Amino acid sequence: MGYQTTTEKMNAIFSDLSKDYLIYAPKRFVGDGTFTSIDTIRYGEITDLAEIEFAEKSDYSFKEVLLPISETLFYFTENEMKEADAPKKGAIVFLRSCDLHGLKRMDTIYLENGAVDTYYKRLRDHTKFILMGCENSFENCFCVSMGTQQSKDYDAYLKVDGDTVLVDSRWDYLDTALTDATPAPVIADSVTTNDTVVTIPETVPQTLFDAPFWEEYGNRCIACGRCNFVCPTCTCFTMQDIFYTDNGKAGERRRVWASCHVDGYTDMAGGHAFRNDKGQRMRFKVLHKVNDYKRRFGTHMCIGCGRCDDVCPEYISFANCINKLNTLVNDAAKEEN
Amino acid sequence: MTELNPYIPFLSEITEVIKHTEIEYTFRMTFNGDVKPGQFFEVSLPKFGEAPISVSGIGDGTVDLTIRKVGKVTDEIFENYVGDTLFLRGPYGNGFDIANYKGKEILLVAGGTGLSPVKGIVDYFSAHPEDCKGFTLLVGFKSPKDMLFKKDFEIWKKNINVIMTVDYPDEEYDGNCGLVTQYIPELMIKGLTDAVGIVVGPPIMMKCTISDLLAKGFKEENLWISQERKMCCGIGKCGHCKIDDTYICLDGPVFNYTKGKFLKD
Repeated sequence: MGYQTTTEKMNAIFSDLSKDYLIYAPKRFVGDGTFTSIDTIRYGEITDLAEIEFAEKSDYSFKEVLLPISETLFYFTENEMKEADAPKKGAIVFLRSCDLHGLKRMDTIYLENGAVDTYYKRLRDHTKFILMGCENSFENCFCVSMGTQQSKDYDAYLKVDGDTVLVDSRWDYLDTALTDATPAPVIADSVTTNDTVVTIPETVPQTLFDAPFWEEYGNRCIACGRCNFVCPTCTCFTMQDIFYTDNGKAGERRRVWASCHVDGYTDMAGGHAFRNDKGQRMRFKVLHKVNDYKRRFGTHMCIGCGRCDDVCPEYISFANCINKLNTLVNDAAKEEN
Repeated sequence: MTELNPYIPFLSEITEVIKHTEIEYTFRMTFNGDVKPGQFFEVSLPKFGEAPISVSGIGDGTVDLTIRKVGKVTDEIFENYVGDTLFLRGPYGNGFDIANYKGKEILLVAGGTGLSPVKGIVDYFSAHPEDCKGFTLLVGFKSPKDMLFKKDFEIWKKNINVIMTVDYPDEEYDGNCGLVTQYIPELMIKGLTDAVGIVVGPPIMMKCTISDLLAKGFKEENLWISQERKMCCGIGKCGHCKIDDTYICLDGPVFNYTKGKFLKD
């Protein structure tokens, strides 16, 4: 149900909620970017709506709330193992429509593909999602091409306009808390066009896996993995055991984010590795995002946020790559006919 | 009901250690539960990590894990196994389904430790030769020093056709030499349209063997392979073993060649 209220009232509600929830939203970290005077917008805890960066796209996605960069799975001493405790509080996450679609991709991998992931589920079950609207498309966004510009799967939509807050609630708690607020029709802001448009090839034949097309990326990519780390749908991890220097018999097993672009991703004991060429790693990632994931799960993995294009230090554009790939696929099909 | 945490390993006792070579031992581990040849366990060594190891034998209340000392985890297992226990997770993966091969003429080609995941199949048909039309084991090792399962070979030789070859013979060795593919042309296969070929080994060996078997007349749908990849989780999450739309840990590691031929890393 829709309401009109004030920032003061809303902050009071969030203050109450903070007893049970940590509230995460994109925040501006001044001067924290790669270069001097460059800010970073990434997720952090907030206590006031004023802290939220609504005007710009976040450089990083919300995924670290549900899939921490480094997450302890269990502690071990000799033959004992103890599952790491879940956080005491749940989480409230502010995010945009594309990212909310990204959540579904994470759910697919962590809840449906094979066994249910204990650690993901216990965070996910206690997380509420608040949609932030998009009045305009940002640079490199192509959500419309991916069909992710709107989402209904939120617990609440929230828009701040000066001292006024518009809320569309699907969360009983908020409905109760906003009983005194003015009912209002609230429709989430969403874009209908992006400057960046991608056309995804229906199928990519395996004969194009080794096409010279990928070599260009092999020459440019420096295998830093940034595109993976900013992507809300990249969910790979590597296990890592650490032990305590004060007591070598005790330690913990963690999982940490992994990147299919970075060396070592496929290394097996004995030293054999697959996809040593960086162009082939690009092919592997690109086709996962817009080809093979869909074949397995029914939707494309990529949600069109464009963060990979924003972050690439080599100015590699994923969107351009898809469009060029589409041309390549069409040309190859024509040649065959 | 809360689901079991799939990441927490269980303790398994080492009941026996069979030393094949300097760097390859079979650890017989206590395990009660369903398991198939070709499935794998994550062997877990706190402080050092986990390594996916395929099942090389299935006993009453035990599984055999043949481990080669080639990495961080396996080095440590060799250092510290004495009279001890290991943590395991699994079994994972689809494994080989013996029923697919019953009543058929079977050619099993294995290279080195590639014999481990298929050893359960050899054990089965060696014990039940009447369950198939014929069984040939063609296996290659690098050198006589690298031979695995020597005692098992003595038993197998009595019940099935065994061809063993080594790439690099030494002074005392008087058996077959050369790559496994050298021995494919001379193999007598009676009914090529129905004969089953199972091929497991290093990537290049599998590629050449498959190509030779197809040339010989084996049908694609009668060929089976098992793939080896890095697997951190074994349960379709970590992503390391994914090839195209296939998760080796969930959909494999065993594939019919009609599917397996499309697996391009």
